[in-house]
Amino acid sequence: MTTVEHSADLAKAGANITTRWQGAMFLARHYPLGAAGAIILIIFVLTAIFAGSLSPFDPTLTNSGASLARPGSAHWLGADFMGRDVFSRIVGGSQISLAVGLGSIVLGCLVGVPIGLLSGYFGGWLDLIVQRVIDMMQSLPLLVTALVMAAALGPSLRNTIIAIAIPLVPSISRIVRSNTLALKEMPFIEAARAIGLSETWIAIRHVLPNTLAPLIVLVTAQFGSAILVEASLSFLGLGVPEPYPSWGRMLSESAAEYMRAAPWLVVFPGLAISLVVFGANLLGDALRDMLDPRLRR
Amino acid sequence: MRLQPDQQTGPGDRAAGEALSLSRAAPVLEVNALKTYFFTRSGAVKAVDGVSFALARGETLAIVGESGCGKSVTALSLMRLIPDPPGRIVGGSIRLDNVDILSLDDDEMRAMRGRDISMIFQEPMTSLNPVMTIGRQIGEVLKLHQTLTNSELRKKVVALLSLVRIPEPAQRAREYPHQLSGGMRQRVMIAIALACNPKVLIADEPTTALDVTVQAQILELIVDLQKKLGTAVILITHDLGLVAQTAQRVIVMYAGRKVEEAAVGALFAGPQHQYTRGLMASLPRLGLLRGETASTGRLQEIPGMVPPLTNLPAGCAFAPRCPRADERCAAENPPYEEKTAGHWAACWHPGPSNGRGHD
Repeated sequence: MTTVEHSADLAKAGANITTRWQGAMFLARHYPLGAAGAIILIIFVLTAIFAGSLSPFDPTLTNSGASLARPGSAHWLGADFMGRDVFSRIVGGSQISLAVGLGSIVLGCLVGVPIGLLSGYFGGWLDLIVQRVIDMMQSLPLLVTALVMAAALGPSLRNTIIAIAIPLVPSISRIVRSNTLALKEMPFIEAARAIGLSETWIAIRHVLPNTLAPLIVLVTAQFGSAILVEASLSFLGLGVPEPYPSWGRMLSESAAEYMRAAPWLVVFPGLAISLVVFGANLLGDALRDMLDPRLRR
Repeated sequence: MRLQPDQQTGPGDRAAGEALSLSRAAPVLEVNALKTYFFTRSGAVKAVDGVSFALARGETLAIVGESGCGKSVTALSLMRLIPDPPGRIVGGSIRLDNVDILSLDDDEMRAMRGRDISMIFQEPMTSLNPVMTIGRQIGEVLKLHQTLTNSELRKKVVALLSLVRIPEPAQRAREYPHQLSGGMRQRVMIAIALACNPKVLIADEPTTALDVTVQAQILELIVDLQKKLGTAVILITHDLGLVAQTAQRVIVMYAGRKVEEAAVGALFAGPQHQYTRGLMASLPRLGLLRGETASTGRLQEIPGMVPPLTNLPAGCAFAPRCPRADERCAAENPPYEEKTAGHWAACWHPGPSNGRGHD
């Protein structure tokens, strides 16, 4: 392979990207669905950050005069039976969803990544024991484990994050472990040993960064699941308690009595949940395609 | 420095001393009766079984043999990088600059790797970390073994890249391995291996994975840098052409043992062991061996395969494949002895067939 052909190959693969903007345009052209997902998530995050200035009302403010108000100029997306503005509550709820999504992912990674790395790189009896425990945890679905955890811990924002993070640990540590197992046989790991690096250093500086690509894919998809599980827990009354506006609890408060009379109480929070989860899944799928070497070459 | 090479090392090393005036100085590396076994379910695989040799400062020693003859395991043993389990160095000694590296603890051994002894691998495409810039990967070995400020480190990295003749070194240092061709990556590997100016460089088939045109450049680079830095090189290869171009001395290995050792000229002029003769006959080339290959008009091959190392024949390991094997070859292991001055081999019927052979 001559250098000229080589650089042409690289250009085709997008390696000639020099600025962030060029990079973004390259991705948008090749992965339009992923770009749509990214835009949805960016809007979601911006909404959560600027929730205070975006919402016309205090999301917890009750107003008997506006009880079950229809969507209109006063209340854009209507008001619930206590007269709380639905739009403001959805905007406020984005903070809860983001906090739970990010919080549980970060906590799950803090626990799961070291477990996976230790288990995969150093192996032995530790790997055997850890993997059997993880097998047991993985035999239960995310929601069921989270439900048990949330019930045991009691409803609060912090406990909800913990309850969702714990069942995420198995899948995170599994993916780190399986990639570590493949990576530790790579020649560059042996080359790293040959220059005298210690095993701990090799594990952290050479193995771990190479497991990040599949981990990012997993985490993006799980971000959507975490938000969905939070909504489910809150719907069941085990998630984030009053007075925080949670999308899941907005559904549960209204679903039984007001679905016919005031469908906007159910439709809009439901849409918010679907849209964010959909966005996370789109982005996760696109990232998986992008980072999969078989699809890339 | 106290050294008793004649008592501590095998006869082959004395042979080397006579063959090469360089060896009169203390050898930088002495390997004595090295045994590396792999313990598997089907028994102990004797990958390296009693190999001895010495390496003089600045010398190039080639170790040749076909796949599975133990040459790569020998190299990994010198680095103490044999995967354990299943492998283990079960006997012998390795002295690097008069330090017995088999008696070092793990930390001490780690400090030697990359600083006193380093290695270039066969696969330049996968021997670099894909998510780290090459500058950082070169910097890593420097940081580990030397104390440098950040600006010194950057300068040294760029200097190393230009030493291995990579154009635009400052810019290349910021690039990732996938932006480099195979030849370039092998140059980077050489830069990493030579960064701390090691005493011994092991090159394990350094050009096998490269294009033929690039092979010559890489080889030339290794030889040049060796002269410039005075590094002793162990070149592990199955390519006899490579050996003729670069090495001063050759060891031929078969089934985990040394079967022949000579200065490169002597070996090519008169190979003693029948295995070496077979290797040379299977080379596509004109001239020296024309008389043997012209009769058939096609390349010769060595029939059969290397015997399983768990179950070696009682006599000469090469006997089942040897055209001149007889009952004695099958029953008795030939002694490793000096056939002509400085030329050692382990064979009952050495030399060409019209020599002293009886068949």
